[in-house]
Amino acid sequence: MQLPSKLGAAQRQSLVDSRFIDFLTKSWSYFFLLGLVIFFSLTGMGFFSVRNFASILTTSTLIMLMSIGQTYVIITAGIDLSIGWTVGLSSVTTARVMRDLAESGNDVAYAMLVGVFAGLLVALIPGLVNGVLVAKIRVPPFIATLGMFGIVRGAAFLLTDGQQVVRGLSAELRESLRMIGNGSLLYYIPDRGFEWFALPADLPPQQLRLVSQLLPYPVIITALVVLVFAFILARSKFGRHTYVIGGSEEAARRSGINVDRHLIIIYIICGLTAGIAGVLHLFRFTAGAPQAGEAALLSSVAAVVIGGTNLFGGEGDIMGAVVGSLIIAVLQTGLVILNIESIWQFIVVGVVIIIAVLVNQLQAALERFQSNA
Amino acid sequence: MPEPVLTARGISKHFGGLTAVDDVDFEVSAGEVVALLGDNGAGKSTLIKCISGVYRPETGHVSFKGADITGHAPADIRQRGIETIYQDLALAENLDVGANVFLGKELTRRLLRLLPVTDDQRMRSEAAGALDQLDIHIPSLKQKLVNLSGGQRQAVAIARALYWQAQLMIMDEPTAALAVPEQRKVLALIRSLRESGIPVILISHTLHDVMAVADRLVIMRRGQVVANIPRAEASEELVVRHIVGAA
Repeated sequence: MQLPSKLGAAQRQSLVDSRFIDFLTKSWSYFFLLGLVIFFSLTGMGFFSVRNFASILTTSTLIMLMSIGQTYVIITAGIDLSIGWTVGLSSVTTARVMRDLAESGNDVAYAMLVGVFAGLLVALIPGLVNGVLVAKIRVPPFIATLGMFGIVRGAAFLLTDGQQVVRGLSAELRESLRMIGNGSLLYYIPDRGFEWFALPADLPPQQLRLVSQLLPYPVIITALVVLVFAFILARSKFGRHTYVIGGSEEAARRSGINVDRHLIIIYIICGLTAGIAGVLHLFRFTAGAPQAGEAALLSSVAAVVIGGTNLFGGEGDIMGAVVGSLIIAVLQTGLVILNIESIWQFIVVGVVIIIAVLVNQLQAALERFQSNA
Repeated sequence: MPEPVLTARGISKHFGGLTAVDDVDFEVSAGEVVALLGDNGAGKSTLIKCISGVYRPETGHVSFKGADITGHAPADIRQRGIETIYQDLALAENLDVGANVFLGKELTRRLLRLLPVTDDQRMRSEAAGALDQLDIHIPSLKQKLVNLSGGQRQAVAIARALYWQAQLMIMDEPTAALAVPEQRKVLALIRSLRESGIPVILISHTLHDVMAVADRLVIMRRGQVVANIPRAEASEELVVRHIVGAA
């Protein structure tokens, strides 16, 4: 955006109150989210309810987890296009390990534990390879992770023998997965009050429909991951070095930061949060699916951008990605409640992404404008 | 004449068939601002890089404060106190002044006696102290560098070098990208470095700057030192004649 340059300094001052603009550009996504919630609450029947909010939060976990790692990568001016399939690879691996261990007579709890571990571990591999390609071999992140996109996709489908899901999960295993994936730490049952951990077995079906999940497990798990990685990025030395690399890789190198190692760790983190998303997807849908995260990849990038993270690196935070993910989840749910065809989701989310980028550019233009004043 | 802090003797460096630096002697004394002049390709940058460790000279020796540092790694030479401030300043413009002074060496504290977190407040106040010593005032230390002027950024780079105990400052075209008032500020900074006893090697094309701050002028041409004259004996005309080879 080009602003008139012939104005005197005093006139420029009166054009815009810089602090106000700064505030607006940094927090517009929060207001946008609030506005969306108010809009859908007023127009959509049943939108404004604890039950629906819990469902929106649960829906958002997939995108949110992926966007956490993606935020780190984008702050270093990179991008990871492979994590959509890393989600699937992790989901499929977890399902297979659980199935095979349970089939060979192991305790279900043990099978699940080892399965989760295997699913998280396998997700680190594409991250590691991406990191090495980007840091050591200097392959542009877009290309390196696009290659990995194909490799991981193929690997995930190899593990299901080309099927859409991992077959042969026992009923007992599926029930155990569902208890966590669709369970809640705290329930509210109208006329009966609060229940911890699980619903009473004698609950009649008509009451079951009225139950609200107050603290769904997927949301709790995601919140913990958000807290850990938000803390690391915002407060730790590791987080600070991430911003330094995003600001100037040359400055980072000259100041003695081990840039290569740092980048590799960041791509591994990106794989890890996608892996957590994959494991959680399996718990929620009780099916190991290679394509579990396919559609969520672009949404995760969108969430990061909507949250104010600069695609050119150096700027952004996890809370932005959280808000971005919530905006996408609210839009998805709200449009469904308003009975608008789901195709419109794509269009609306697309428009929001473009708005986000425009707001970012406006901010950058204003900063240039002020430093020239 | 005070004892030289830095001595380079008989330095040569070739690139293929090109002789970039040819048997050059060069020295800097404590509290002295030495201007290194010459046309493009005269060998200034190569000589400097032989000192800062980026290149290893093919012949000759560099010693700093009595220790032979010939061919040492750049990090080691920085560790010993020779700080090079490049044109791009090696700053992270997306971060504030405190973060930049402590780039890669962040101060930390324990949150709840447990978690190590960056101590931004202390870094900012330490940075403010370093800037005060240079008589530089930046309105808000929470400002990102991208919002500061070129001269202020230059000051941050110098303050950082000083904070980390630089004993010799090499500055490569420090005023090249600056507006005139900013150039004056940087020249004032160089003077205050000299006053605090820190020698400066100033590489510059701007003769006006050189005449304003340098104590001694070393002029290179085609890889050799063709003149080494005290400021008092130098006139702009003489310097130009040496640079173009008409002396």
